[in-house]
Amino acid sequence: MVATILQENTTAFNTVDVDPITLDIIENALKNARFEMDATLFRTAMSPGIREQGDAFPLIADKSGLMLAGQFGSFIRGFLNGYDGTVEEGDIFWLSDPYTCEGAVSHANDWLVLLAIFKDGRHVGWSAMFGHMTDVGGMVPGSLPTNAITIFQEGIRIPPVKLYRKGVKQDDILKIVLHQCRMPEWAGADLNAIVAACRMAERRVVEMCDRFGADTYITATEKLLDRNKRAMAQLIATSVGEEKVSFEDYVCDDGRGFGPYKIKCTMWREGDKVILDWEGTDPQSESSINFYLNENMLKMFFGIYMIMVFDPQILFNDGFYDLVEVRIPDGSLLKPHFPAALSCRTHALGRIFDVLGALLGQRQPEFLNAAGFSSSPHLMYSGYDKEGEWFQLFQIGFGGIPGRPFGDGPDGHSLWPGFSNVPNEFLEAYFPMRIDRYETIPDSGGAGLNRGGNGISIQYYFLQAGTISIHDDRWFTYPWGVNGGNPGMRSTKTLVRVDGDREVLPSKCDNITVNEGDVLIYNTWGGGGWGNPLERDADLVAREVRQGLVSVDGARSYGVVLTDENQADEAATNDLRAVMKENINTEQIFNYGPSIAELREKCLAETGLEPPIQPVW
Amino acid sequence: MEYRLGVDVGGTFTDLLLIEEDTGRTYRSKVPSTPADPSQAVLSGTKKICDMAQITSSDLSFFMHGTTVATNAVLQRKYARVGLIVSDGYRQILQIARSLVPGGLAGWLIWQKPETLAPLECTIEVPERLDADGNVIRNLDEDNLRSQLETLRKEKVEAVTVCLINSFANDAHEKRVAEIVREEMPDIPVSLSSEILPEKQEYERALTTVANSAVRPTVARYVQNLRNELRAQNMTGQINLLRSDGGLMSSEKSEELPVAILMSGPAGGVSGALWIARHAGYENLLTLDMGGTSTDVSLIEHGTPRLTRDTEVGDLTVRTSSLDIRTVGAGGGSIAHVPELTGALRVGPESAGADPGPACYGLGGDSPTVTDANVVLGYLPESLLGGEMKLDVDAAKKAVQTIADALGISLMAAAAGIIDIVNENMFGALRIVSVQQGYDPRDFALIGFGGGGPLQANAIGKLTQSWPVIIPPAPGVLCAYGDATTRMRAETARSLSSRLDNADGAEIEKILKNMAGEVSAELAGQGVPKEEQEVQFEAGVRYQGQGFEVVLPCASERFADHGLEQLAEAFHSEHEKLFTFRLDAPIELVNLRVTVLGKSANVKAIEIEKGDGDPGGAEDGTTTVWMDGQEKQATLYDRSKLRAGDKIAGPAIITEMDSTTLILSGHGAHIDHLGNILINPLT
Repeated sequence: MVATILQENTTAFNTVDVDPITLDIIENALKNARFEMDATLFRTAMSPGIREQGDAFPLIADKSGLMLAGQFGSFIRGFLNGYDGTVEEGDIFWLSDPYTCEGAVSHANDWLVLLAIFKDGRHVGWSAMFGHMTDVGGMVPGSLPTNAITIFQEGIRIPPVKLYRKGVKQDDILKIVLHQCRMPEWAGADLNAIVAACRMAERRVVEMCDRFGADTYITATEKLLDRNKRAMAQLIATSVGEEKVSFEDYVCDDGRGFGPYKIKCTMWREGDKVILDWEGTDPQSESSINFYLNENMLKMFFGIYMIMVFDPQILFNDGFYDLVEVRIPDGSLLKPHFPAALSCRTHALGRIFDVLGALLGQRQPEFLNAAGFSSSPHLMYSGYDKEGEWFQLFQIGFGGIPGRPFGDGPDGHSLWPGFSNVPNEFLEAYFPMRIDRYETIPDSGGAGLNRGGNGISIQYYFLQAGTISIHDDRWFTYPWGVNGGNPGMRSTKTLVRVDGDREVLPSKCDNITVNEGDVLIYNTWGGGGWGNPLERDADLVAREVRQGLVSVDGARSYGVVLTDENQADEAATNDLRAVMKENINTEQIFNYGPSIAELREKCLAETGLEPPIQPVW
Repeated sequence: MEYRLGVDVGGTFTDLLLIEEDTGRTYRSKVPSTPADPSQAVLSGTKKICDMAQITSSDLSFFMHGTTVATNAVLQRKYARVGLIVSDGYRQILQIARSLVPGGLAGWLIWQKPETLAPLECTIEVPERLDADGNVIRNLDEDNLRSQLETLRKEKVEAVTVCLINSFANDAHEKRVAEIVREEMPDIPVSLSSEILPEKQEYERALTTVANSAVRPTVARYVQNLRNELRAQNMTGQINLLRSDGGLMSSEKSEELPVAILMSGPAGGVSGALWIARHAGYENLLTLDMGGTSTDVSLIEHGTPRLTRDTEVGDLTVRTSSLDIRTVGAGGGSIAHVPELTGALRVGPESAGADPGPACYGLGGDSPTVTDANVVLGYLPESLLGGEMKLDVDAAKKAVQTIADALGISLMAAAAGIIDIVNENMFGALRIVSVQQGYDPRDFALIGFGGGGPLQANAIGKLTQSWPVIIPPAPGVLCAYGDATTRMRAETARSLSSRLDNADGAEIEKILKNMAGEVSAELAGQGVPKEEQEVQFEAGVRYQGQGFEVVLPCASERFADHGLEQLAEAFHSEHEKLFTFRLDAPIELVNLRVTVLGKSANVKAIEIEKGDGDPGGAEDGTTTVWMDGQEKQATLYDRSKLRAGDKIAGPAIITEMDSTTLILSGHGAHIDHLGNILINPLT
């Protein structure tokens, strides 16, 4: 750590007895404070990305920087290691450059605000939050250029600076930064909202120190971390084996025509420690799909997955960090060298969740989920409206949730925490567009005993000339199914020009010009299926046909034959299932669909797009 | 003589309160609830209380009723089969919902998505389209609609809901669809989203309208039965139901708009608290209504409870006004447990309910509950309900001992810990309604009621620093008090989107007056003459670009002259109060709301006999309690014998028929002229 924390009062904290009840009270109070941060943010932010969709992440940490409440784990230590100045009471820090904070944030659109919390001149903790800005300048509206080859093309990079110096706002810095953004009002308001949220948490922590005494508070935070560590140690010992398990998956392409890029992870246990080794992951890409992955954040992802998969009752914090070791090869897609472009890291981020899920479930297929965390599809649409005013939309879309041991994957729902869609009536009122269709795609969820969720099809009717950008993945490889379930359907993007011409658009593209009357059909991927589809209740399949979620043809993937009234035909279904049973491989845990070579071969015919070129390093 | 009857149906008991309007004299009664048909208990209770007062039901001028019949229909998913008609391209509007998966990162692994409220197979798309300003982009294809109605007929829908895109801006297509449905399916009730909720946001509008249709048959059946029975007993007075927002509506109106009574039950408690506090002279208060499985809290400022735009019941959230009541799954029956992995003490949300109930009830329960902890600590006397029920202290000790063993602490420490945790949970809910909304709980009094409120309220007052802590007379039937004393209410809202700096004040004044005219006529139709009506106006305002509005009161008179400026200034300062900052950004007016209220009940509060300050006459011995980490002697009092002006020092326990009030050491209670117990710290 290179940052220097200056305390006016350097009296050391005493470790005191904290009874279990007080400990629980402090834990709950921290949880409440974190929800208060969210509430403050959503009510005051301006960009639809944050206030409607929830693309922001709160954190309350102990004084060493370990997360006590939050959801993406602590990024404080990355900041402390990257900032060579002083930290004082009243300072509020602001940064966005992933390379200055060990990937605490992973692209320049995420603005991170941190503040050290002091009580009577003594440093007692941290609050922090980062949120995705709609635009931070750079070569394309939205600042996520698909074909950037360096981070210098991706908008303004803010190194760790003091937005407030001992309580005084540094307006000049703010002015300089907002001046680089295409939507300065949104960015300014969103930043204000994030600061207000961090201050809310600060107030709560100080109140707790008042109420219980600072010594008690500090001791309690240590005990909370320790409590989590003990619980996780037990979980790790019982659910991670000493023999190595590996899993590999792909990001389909890099937006410049190369791909797929392999992400590989091997997991094993040594004593009470889990090793997650990303050896075998492809080298960094020339374009912006690199994901500068913070090891601590990955530990958090792993921890939450463990807990949610095996025992959702455990409350998580960073206490278990010492029990996990993360090894990421230098210069790989997950640890690129400066100044590699990073803006479109969302695909790799999503794929890491698929990989983690696969690793954890491999030894215990009953806990295994199918694939579906396939990306976080984005649409950008910008231009000048009829009054000559600049408009700029950044919208996050959703695909299908994978089939799960727990049940079917919901159709068209978010895998990201707290994210929701933007109401279409809101879009139509504030942007020159109509949403002509907003529905899920029948059969796009992989067939299984538990069906994968369907992807979403949105038809955007543009009312004004402008440009669009698209970010998505899983157009080339399939979201895999598990335990006999089929893969989900892949994503597609089609632009229907006003004259009726249809253009297939790549899953990652920028600067596509659209005109009034053009229609974009934006289809996302479905989730993979879970379990043998022939065992799914035939009446349920028939009902889903009547509901428009599965087609009559699609029902045959479950071995279900329908009557003219779309009821299950029992006799015909039994016959079909008997035949299909012969060909189903129930031993196979993962069903990836065709091999990469086969996918390449059929790519143009099936997708309308040239196959990605194998990158050579 | 005029009589008002308030009836509140709870899970275990149906509480009744009869008020003689001129004298303020009250009669209270409790009968066991009849969940299979709640009206049975309502009717038998009505008879019982009329007998007590020696009147007949024909003497009742007002019958006012808080009911959980709509709430339970939602919780038990007893829905009508609703057909939904949407714009082309939007069939899956309820299936996709807002795409939100609750539960944090990886929450999707274990989330069970509820079934859509209108089944997808009963949802049809009709070709038509309006733009955001309400202009017709595509005409309604009537023939297509008629042929598709066959699907709804085949699916045997019991109600039809229409929600077309942008219908908040123009209801013409929805109205025409309704006409066609009525022609084709004459026996099926139709609800329009443009009538139920004429506001932007298609999913929320559709869901709210569907919810209304889904609970309509259950509510209508119940309300009609009840009305018929009462009328058959020559009860000719008004029959009103309590709305989620704390107002009343006629029973006929509630059949059309059942979605407005989803929170009718808890709203009664808040209304009752309001009435008590007004007479006792308190304007700002936090309410704490603690029952067996859950606790409801809310905030009242300047005599007005806070409202919220969303009503949440179970997994359903609809956009209708309700009192801003937060519910925590913590009540007397909440079970304490220590999960093995973390070794943390947790209380609730699992509850022992009424059957088997806490271990101390001796009905076969052996889980340690909050009530058991109270028994172990000596806070609950050995017999409850005026001696009708004896508590099994040994069973309570045995149950709580399991927690003590798991934590490695003493029995008393474990019992005190359970109480501390449950108080903390309620404190968390109280913070949401106070601190989180920019209010300092120290500026409020705390009123504790319901079965368990009087027992915990003193301790929670210590946490919130809200003094005095008020325990009203008859805390167990306060909801019925609320039912009997609140006012008639109706409201309407309209979406707008105009910037304050270029809005036309005169135009807005006109809109406000038109809306007021509509609502006023509607309330007149429910039996409230115009001269008794009070009209209130509100505006939803935000910085342009924000997603949430701040609701501010406004006036229609002379709005044209300075309404816009006043609104802007009020908004800046409210935003700063709530969120610590104001912006130099354009302000947008997003909606207007008009509420019309009937006159307040003219019920006198009854005064109790004045004493000399010495409560000796009410003393009923002493008992040993565990408090502040040691054994202490607490004095027992009989509440019915306390007189105005009596002063009691803690530790003390005050008992009455249906509840027990605990006064902690270091605190003192004072009995006011209305019989309220006012608890303050002794400094």
